[in-house]
Amino acid sequence: MGEKRKVRAVITGLTKLAEDIFSMWIEESFMAGSAKAGQFLALYSDSAERLLPRPISICEIDREKGRLRMVFRVAGAGTEEFSQKKEGDSISVMGPLGNGYALKGKKALLFGGGIGIPPMLELAKELAQEPGCEVQAVLGYRDSRLFLKEELEAYARVYVSTEDGSAGTKGNVLDAVKEHGLTADMIYACGPKPMLKGIQKFAEACHIPAQLSLEEKMACGIGACLACVCESKETDSHSHVKNKRVCKDGPVFSAEEIVL
Amino acid sequence: MNTEVVIAGVSLKNPVMTASGTFGSGEEYSEFVDLNRLGGVVTKGMANVPWPGNKTPRIAEIACGMMNAIGLQNPGIDVFIKRDLPFLKQFHTNIIVNVCGKTIEDYCEVVERLSDEPDVSMLEINISCPNVKEGGIAFGQDPKAAERITSEVKKRARQPIIMKLSPNVTDITVMAKAAQEGGADAISLINTLTGMKIDINRRTFAVANKTGGVSGPAIKPIAVRMVYQAANAVKIPVIGMGGIMTVEDALEFIMAGATAVSIGTANFANPYATIEVIEGIERFMENNGVEDIHELIGCVK
Ligand SMILES: Cc1cc2nc3c(=O)[nH]c(=O)nc-3n(C[C@H](O)[C@H](O)[C@H](O)COP(=O)(O)OP(=O)(O)OC[C@H]3O[C@@H](n4cnc5c(N)ncnc54)[C@H](O)[C@@H]3O)c2cc1C
Ligand SMILES: Cc1cc2nc3c(=O)[nH]c(=O)nc-3n(C[C@H](O)[C@H](O)[C@H](O)COP(=O)(O)O)c2cc1C
Ligand code: FES
Repeated sequence: MGEKRKVRAVITGLTKLAEDIFSMWIEESFMAGSAKAGQFLALYSDSAERLLPRPISICEIDREKGRLRMVFRVAGAGTEEFSQKKEGDSISVMGPLGNGYALKGKKALLFGGGIGIPPMLELAKELAQEPGCEVQAVLGYRDSRLFLKEELEAYARVYVSTEDGSAGTKGNVLDAVKEHGLTADMIYACGPKPMLKGIQKFAEACHIPAQLSLEEKMACGIGACLACVCESKETDSHSHVKNKRVCKDGPVFSAEEIVL
Repeated sequence: MNTEVVIAGVSLKNPVMTASGTFGSGEEYSEFVDLNRLGGVVTKGMANVPWPGNKTPRIAEIACGMMNAIGLQNPGIDVFIKRDLPFLKQFHTNIIVNVCGKTIEDYCEVVERLSDEPDVSMLEINISCPNVKEGGIAFGQDPKAAERITSEVKKRARQPIIMKLSPNVTDITVMAKAAQEGGADAISLINTLTGMKIDINRRTFAVANKTGGVSGPAIKPIAVRMVYQAANAVKIPVIGMGGIMTVEDALEFIMAGATAVSIGTANFANPYATIEVIEGIERFMENNGVEDIHELIGCVK
């Protein structure tokens, strides 16, 4: 049998980072042992009313202590329930899921938009350990309620954009790139679809390879049900149509392989 | 203790199978479940050619269940035979291929392609998918059409055929009898119930297809009722499904008259669900002094 598991994991820390944004550490040495930046976990509700898993990105991996961190926004009943748990409680979790980012290049440009910021932390941490790799991160927020920015500053040169202009560049992440004249030889991004679309175009225009992490509604989380597909340019290897599974073939795709 | 059941001459070591479309061709769940322990693996619906399926969002959660409109995305029967069948053959379980199509000819083409595959134990003919415009449900809501497609498929099939019935009908016994008349070796039910969910924040439909098939515990009482009615209307074996999460759920179907059961949506909430139900049946039989599972099948009249 494989490297994915579903277990009941103990919550070793749960803190509020900003309005509606929570950070959760769980103890799960097996998953922590094999997890990679850009992969995600499926969290399950304790209520029989909510059957489907909530996909949440891995934000940090502590392999020594066998722990994993997730940072999530309260978006509905499921994430609300998770936010009300306490240290010492347990939570059902399956993982690690998806492919994760491929670490490449010497000048990395990371884009995190809103709740797409969390996976950038583990990624920045791992890239910073690559010899001679320069790590830059552009974080897009709605307003000045920033989260994870200071933690990212430990591993990357961080730039900020806010929709209302209350911190950093006013506008989106690409406005910040323009303002600071940032360049790169590899782009990594996670965030809302309009942002990813913009980055896909930008990457193509600048001839920079880009890895984009997508979101889609999921049921199985492991590639069996075909709920979570995205359109691909080439025929996919699983169904032989032009639909790739976000949960299994992704969530990270190269910008050229997908249609957004 | 005997948990073996026989459907159209095919022996299942226990009555627990997977429900089509929730378990792929078994590969993904084999990371969680020893497929050797299952009574059977029922594959995703396979057509004569690859189908792209519907637009996303394809699913939505509802209270105690979900809605799906996958639209039968599948790689087509050739890829299935080349790639998925060799994988499944490694296991000592029954391989049941779920077949879909737009026309009778499509169905027959798939069935004929599978006639040289002795490792396929049975065929489940899906005439009940609510999520594709042509075919599927068109055969599943009209008893004459159901009987006709059953007999056409039966003529060409080398393996026993299971007709998968739709619950989206007024009288399930009429459809069950039509399948029997057409020569079906067994029937399975229920497929999903057509539903709708509105996303009030986006002011649109929660699934792109507008309607979707409802599955999971929310539909279980309806499924148990229909299995009971169907089992009492026909002589051929009935495979029951619809919202089975636990062994208690599975036993309800068995006592209502199902010779075997399929587990679908539960896999999403708990990838170990099939094995837990199998172990639960053994435990129940032991605790209740049941020597043979046949003592339970249809025991509630
Ligand atoms: C690969 C991936 C990684 C993600 N990583 C994070 C993360 O690190 N932090 C974070 O806050 N959020 C993340 N999300 C989004 C997160 O999954 C949703 O916010 C969450 O599922 C909402 O659940 P709910 O019960 O609170 O909301 P509800 O709206 O009540 O959920 C109802 C159903 O819709 C699904 N759903 C709702 N929104 C989304 C969405 N955006 N994407 C996929 N399914 C959704 C839920 O899983 C559930 O099945 C990620 C999504 C994906 C696909
Ligand atoms: C995501 C999903 C995909 C499905 N795909 C198929 C399919 O391809 N063919 C089919 O006959 N039934 C399909 N079904 C129906 C199931 O096999 C089953 O009949 C139904 O979901 C009720 O059982 P459950 O409540 O245990 O899921 C699908 C169901 C779901 C949830
Ligand atoms: S969620 Fe089932 S295939 Fe991705």
